[in-house]
Amino acid sequence: MEKAVNDFVVIENAALNATNFRLKLQSKTPLPGIRAGQFVNVEVKNSNEIFLRRPFSVFEVDYKANTLSLLVKILGRGSKKLTEVEAGEDISLVYPLGNGFTMPQHGDKVLLVGGGSGIAPMLFLAKDCGLPPENVHILIGARSKEDHIDTEGYKEYGTIGFTTEDGSLGVKGFVTHHPWFAEGLAGFDKVYTCGPDLMMKAIGKAAVEKGVFCEVSLENLMACGFGVCLCCIEPTKDKGNACVCTEGPVFNINSLKW
Amino acid sequence: MVDLRVKIGDLELKNPVMTASGTSGFGEELAEFFDISKLGGFLLKGTTLHNRDGNDYPRMAETPSGMLNAVGLQNKGSDHFINHTYPKIKDIDTHFIVNVNGSTIEEYVELTEKINALDKIPAIELNISCPNVKEGGMAFGVNCPAAEAAVKAVRKVYDKTLIVKLSPNVTDIAEIARAVEAQGADSVSLVNTFLGMAIDAEKRIPLLSTITGGLSGPAIKPLALRMVWQVSQAVKIPIIGMGGIMDATDAIEFFLAGSTAIQVGTVIFKDPLSPLKVLEGIESYLEKHKYNSLYDIINNLQM
Repeated sequence: MEKAVNDFVVIENAALNATNFRLKLQSKTPLPGIRAGQFVNVEVKNSNEIFLRRPFSVFEVDYKANTLSLLVKILGRGSKKLTEVEAGEDISLVYPLGNGFTMPQHGDKVLLVGGGSGIAPMLFLAKDCGLPPENVHILIGARSKEDHIDTEGYKEYGTIGFTTEDGSLGVKGFVTHHPWFAEGLAGFDKVYTCGPDLMMKAIGKAAVEKGVFCEVSLENLMACGFGVCLCCIEPTKDKGNACVCTEGPVFNINSLKW
Repeated sequence: MVDLRVKIGDLELKNPVMTASGTSGFGEELAEFFDISKLGGFLLKGTTLHNRDGNDYPRMAETPSGMLNAVGLQNKGSDHFINHTYPKIKDIDTHFIVNVNGSTIEEYVELTEKINALDKIPAIELNISCPNVKEGGMAFGVNCPAAEAAVKAVRKVYDKTLIVKLSPNVTDIAEIARAVEAQGADSVSLVNTFLGMAIDAEKRIPLLSTITGGLSGPAIKPLALRMVWQVSQAVKIPIIGMGGIMDATDAIEFFLAGSTAIQVGTVIFKDPLSPLKVLEGIESYLEKHKYNSLYDIINNLQM
């Protein structure tokens, strides 16, 4: 019995900007080990419109305080409803779900690319990967400056780069327009990414061209999160239609039919 | 101590709570959350003779109080089940029931014969009601001659307990139930999902790759309950009721309407512990109302 359904206590639900919230939850039992890339499935209460749970990548884990945080970006009615949750309330989680990223090896230089709510597992990985900051580059893409959350606290884990579609912060354009890509991923041993499919496809393509190891974390629609509904499938080269929730959400780019 | 045992054909269940096919995988997935041997029965994911990849993504759409699915019977086929899944589950102390699917009567028969050879599978659920496949599936469950032909052919080669899963997408479900009873079915399970549809108004596209899919969840409970009631008035064989059961109270309603056992389905996606919670709640209900046996409430609706 490796997975659980339990109520957590909401410690904090804070707006990080106009569309992103950080939901900090405390477990009533000791947290199991959770790796960057794994996710939880969160119950949204008091709505007939919202029947299913909502999956979120784990953003931060604090084993001492027995808390985990989720980065909630308002995308639809489920995430909207979660922003209304208040400190002190109970919230039910199914956890821990899915597989984390393959950890880099000692001495690897890694590039972590996040877009939208996909930055949550990337920032977690920056902390979790055990590499010195000079070996870690974090690239965050967004439409505009207002969409970026404060990442000052992550500077100690690596060099952070930004892109915005309107040029209001960092390099203008998509993440693949950033010099780290423009220079052919030179010097990187591994690329990890989570975000919109189009972004991940472009990153995957660049990595494959340069022969750089690349893992992507998929966000397919799912009902259960633990492999019984067979709704979140992704066609793969080696495992047919694979459940993103149990075979992923992290996949090596070479196993996908992208 | 209340007696929760029920009988379905030759099958003696320690309690009336089963999982519904397609909502609980092949056993291992739920075993990560709780001891599945506590359940009366476990309906395995729909199985076909050969490997099926299922339908394209997207296969799921959330709807008010429920969801649509269009999985399309993705499974690795009977040989994989027999060689890889069966050895892992056969010694778990519950009744594993295979949900048998086919696109032709010959396929139903061939698969049934293969499953019949497995000692620890005491029953099959003949699925003549899957709405998400192009051939076979629901086509066998929506008119009496087709349903009769499928059940008759399978009954001829199968002596263990034969449950037939009925489609609600019919004019008169009682008529279909009578027809399969006449062909020797030991039990009917109902209902499978209702054919439904969801649309994204902004993008002007259907939300499922197959356009239509099967609706399940609490949205269908009143419809399912009504059908169980109608069928209970029409047949003598035991009914396994399902459709939107979320908790023990819902389950009790299905017993009162005429079900001898129930299946917990879509709620598992929300709460994988729900089959256990439903079981515990049924026991508490019977104790509270001072019933000695579950049979005291089956088909015991006060009019």
